[in-house]
Amino acid sequence: MLTAVTILVDGLVYSSWLFIVAVGLTLIFGVMKILNVAHGGFYSMGAYTAAWAIGLYFNAGWPPAGSYLLIAAAAGIAGTLLGLALERGLLRYVYHRDPIIIVLITYAVFLILENLVLQIWGVDAYLAYQPDTALGTTRIAGLRFSNYELLLIPLAAAIGGGLWWGLNRTRTGKILRAVIHDREMSLACGIDVSRLYTVTFVIGAVLGALGGAVTAPMISVTPGIGVEVIVIAFAVVVVSGLGSIPGTIVGALIVGLSRAAAVHLWPEVELFVIYAVMSAVLIVRPQGLFGRAPLRRI
Amino acid sequence: MDGTLRALAVAVIALAIGSLWTPDWIVFLATIIIAKGLVVLGLMVLWRTGLVSFGQALYYGIGAYAVGMAQLAFGLRDAFLLVAFGTVLAAAIAVLLGFLLARYRDIFFAMLSLAFSMILYGTLVKSATLCSTDCFAVLPPRFAGMAAGGTLAKNGLFWLTLAAATIAVYGVHRYLASPLGALTTAIRDNEIRVEYLGYSVERAIHIKYVIAAALAGAGGAIVALAVGHIDPDSTYWTTSGEFVFVTILSGAGSALAPFVGSAIFEALRAYATAYAPYSWQMILGVFLLLLILFLPQGVWSLFQRRVRRAAP
Amino acid sequence: MQRGAEMIAWAGAGLVLAAVTTMAAAPAAAQTASPVQIGLVTFLSGPAAGPFGVPARNAAELVIDAINKGELPAPYDNKGLAGAPIDSFFVDEAGPVTKVVQDFRDMVERRGVAAVVGYVSSGSCLGIAPVAEELKKLTVFFDCGTPRIFEDASYHYVFRASSTATIDSIGAARYVLKEFPGIKSYAGLNQNYAWGQDSWGDFDATMQALKPGLEVKTKQFPKLFAGQYSAEISELLAARADVIHSSFYDGDLESFILQAAPRGLMEQSKLVLTTGETIMYRFGAKLPDGVVLGARGPYGPFAHPGPLADWFRKAFTDRYKTPPTYPSYQMANALLGLKSAYDKAGKAKPSPTQDEVIAAFEHLKFQGVGSEINMALGKGHQAITEIAYGKYKFDEKTGEPTLTDIVYYPASCVNPPEGVKSSDWIKSGMTGAKCE
Repeated sequence: MLTAVTILVDGLVYSSWLFIVAVGLTLIFGVMKILNVAHGGFYSMGAYTAAWAIGLYFNAGWPPAGSYLLIAAAAGIAGTLLGLALERGLLRYVYHRDPIIIVLITYAVFLILENLVLQIWGVDAYLAYQPDTALGTTRIAGLRFSNYELLLIPLAAAIGGGLWWGLNRTRTGKILRAVIHDREMSLACGIDVSRLYTVTFVIGAVLGALGGAVTAPMISVTPGIGVEVIVIAFAVVVVSGLGSIPGTIVGALIVGLSRAAAVHLWPEVELFVIYAVMSAVLIVRPQGLFGRAPLRRI
Repeated sequence: MDGTLRALAVAVIALAIGSLWTPDWIVFLATIIIAKGLVVLGLMVLWRTGLVSFGQALYYGIGAYAVGMAQLAFGLRDAFLLVAFGTVLAAAIAVLLGFLLARYRDIFFAMLSLAFSMILYGTLVKSATLCSTDCFAVLPPRFAGMAAGGTLAKNGLFWLTLAAATIAVYGVHRYLASPLGALTTAIRDNEIRVEYLGYSVERAIHIKYVIAAALAGAGGAIVALAVGHIDPDSTYWTTSGEFVFVTILSGAGSALAPFVGSAIFEALRAYATAYAPYSWQMILGVFLLLLILFLPQGVWSLFQRRVRRAAP
Repeated sequence: MQRGAEMIAWAGAGLVLAAVTTMAAAPAAAQTASPVQIGLVTFLSGPAAGPFGVPARNAAELVIDAINKGELPAPYDNKGLAGAPIDSFFVDEAGPVTKVVQDFRDMVERRGVAAVVGYVSSGSCLGIAPVAEELKKLTVFFDCGTPRIFEDASYHYVFRASSTATIDSIGAARYVLKEFPGIKSYAGLNQNYAWGQDSWGDFDATMQALKPGLEVKTKQFPKLFAGQYSAEISELLAARADVIHSSFYDGDLESFILQAAPRGLMEQSKLVLTTGETIMYRFGAKLPDGVVLGARGPYGPFAHPGPLADWFRKAFTDRYKTPPTYPSYQMANALLGLKSAYDKAGKAKPSPTQDEVIAAFEHLKFQGVGSEINMALGKGHQAITEIAYGKYKFDEKTGEPTLTDIVYYPASCVNPPEGVKSSDWIKSGMTGAKCE
């Protein structure tokens, strides 16, 4: 009983983290059909910007309450700048190319971003633990859990809810969904797809950076964190069925709970349980859980 | 013999003879370049079909580990047998996995192949019997019974690599010129029409997948013999990413393109790490970007353009 | 297309030969040229750079400068290696083993170095050792921990100036059993690759050999660089082991401490961090008191004071604004060992050859930074050192991290005898260990 509760809590925390990290990737893929490898770069940039800002903030002696706004602000600024630069400066010239080529372009950008992080912040690890420790812990089923980590759950829910509301209740959101469904038709209807792409990409970048910024207080921010995150984010996004936000929730839950179960019950396989789950899902449902089979042009 | 094959013959003979007078480290580098070129050749075949495998490192790693295990388990030392074993093992596994993978396209093909390679990576890293990331010193190979060691061994491996490359290029070139090979671009353009023509697209893809795997296995086996060490990194996704990088760099114009691309990539990387140890990643990234933007057909397209102007 | 392709083949072959000869243009330096050229290899990028590569690089810069200027305290106060100045350059160890080997060959065959000093990763060392033998080039490993190098093979050209990682585990187990005699159970949290697996394996085996019947509550092996350990911490909290062993380092270690401390893990179980010294200075008050820390040998806070150790610590801190950690000490010792060998060979004959230096290096006993290094294993090629562990205590008054209850274990206590494999020695109960 104890183990089941622990697995549930750990699984939900990890799933929430996965969702926050992966949803930006889903959004960009859903709208623009681009698998953005540079997402890992957004994540690291968000993490480093937040860690650095938090460091400065607490050194100046400000109270912990403001640091949460700082995390959001760091993500917002880093994501917007990077997203704009990338989309306006590079990607919009290559949309007509083969999707695989676009993936490679984002891979090249990722390499550049990773090195940029090194150039700006150096090789040392950054610590920004204050926002995490300031919140304390809670006892659940006899074990203490970090409140900061538990708060990831409502945060993920909020982001998911916000995105759902944005896509279903606002005009821009509905236009976005139209574009996701059929780009050509939307163009024919007079929608400014190009501007929409920019908006989407920036939102996706901000979400990626937010994933990193939110994670920064939990870890020691080191070079290379982006590399690990990309593969995990891909796994979640592919499992969920590229481009589906509800799918990302389900995908994150499946992957997160499996991993938590593995850690508690069978630690040896933890290393590749994510990929095993990914393969299993793809074998059973080749388009991912919520993906739609693509139309075939005859 | 058409142009490509003539070019192949000239290049192979020049390199084989030239290797006797070049320093060891250059021969070593050339061996690695050509071996990796083999992997890229396989990827090129798949790319022409419109598929990109982000998990070729799976077979590359299988080829390498096959060599190590064959030495340990069977006491095999002969270079030719070891490479053959690696190739065959990789192909066999591809035959199995191909039944599944041939049904996928685009991003899902790429992702599923990635997933499989990462599963192998996880298994290898966690495996204490294969001593995880530390082990596997590969003993120097023998050539047709002759003892290993020294310059002759280095050249022997190089000649073996050249032989493998010759067979591969010849095979792929002939294959692509054949009706079945012509299907590759047809499948990429419009699968359904190919089906209407009476060919099984899935079978065609399956065959190409096995070819690519065999080439990757051969490449992995040769590199294992040349470097003398194997570790799970050869199955990590960044290794696959590197091969895809070189595939795009080379272009799909000819069966020789992958080797030119591989040489350029290795030279670029060697220079970048030697003269910019703190920013070589960025240099590679920028280079790849410029390449994709301005030379979308790869480096080989430079030659092709010149040729079109040269021909009467 | 046909004529064109032929042209291309000629052009291609010519291009390759041309590119290759320009790279070969740098002439190989003669062995007896005036300065001694040394290639230094360590992590300059990636996650291992911060905790290992850069401290080692800094130590190398510092020590080589001092050697060339003759500024080291006795017995190293003469300039250079047997009088010849050192000319050095750095190569990044990051990347797959294939690249590391390629770089090694490049250093030896194209750039013509006299010696190579370096390598943090065990994978690198295992890959490089046979190549060093093949190319007949003097190579000194300074940090990599795997015992396999000299236990599975013999090398004439390869040396390692630091102990294997076996001593970390044996020392930790002995310390734990001495300081916490009532314990009944232990658990492990190690990274899921050779380093973590071997560290745990050796610790576990030693504990069972010294006190059979202790219970292993859980052994966690998260992915290297996972960064997120909430599930593992939950499992460790639930397990309630008396002692937790971890060979985590750097970012992973820091993340783990940050995530575990608020949840009360250290209050419940005694934490033993075999490489914990590297985060002592960064963490200050963040690291709870009572955590057992090791430094993989007599380095850092465990270095015995003396003119050399004091000079090293002060000069390093002044120049790099942070105290030296164990990778710095290990690199310094590797260079000092090389210098000792050169100087010893140089006494017999000026401008010694590589074979003479190697002969001098074998079975050498030399003064390291804060300890004595004895090249006693691997037929005189593998160093043995003592090891020490202590409990962390943050001194509120001075704001300085300190260690209490420090215990040293002599080299003969934690190193196997010549010719015996570490894992076998542990399983057989460590016969012949002299730990007074």
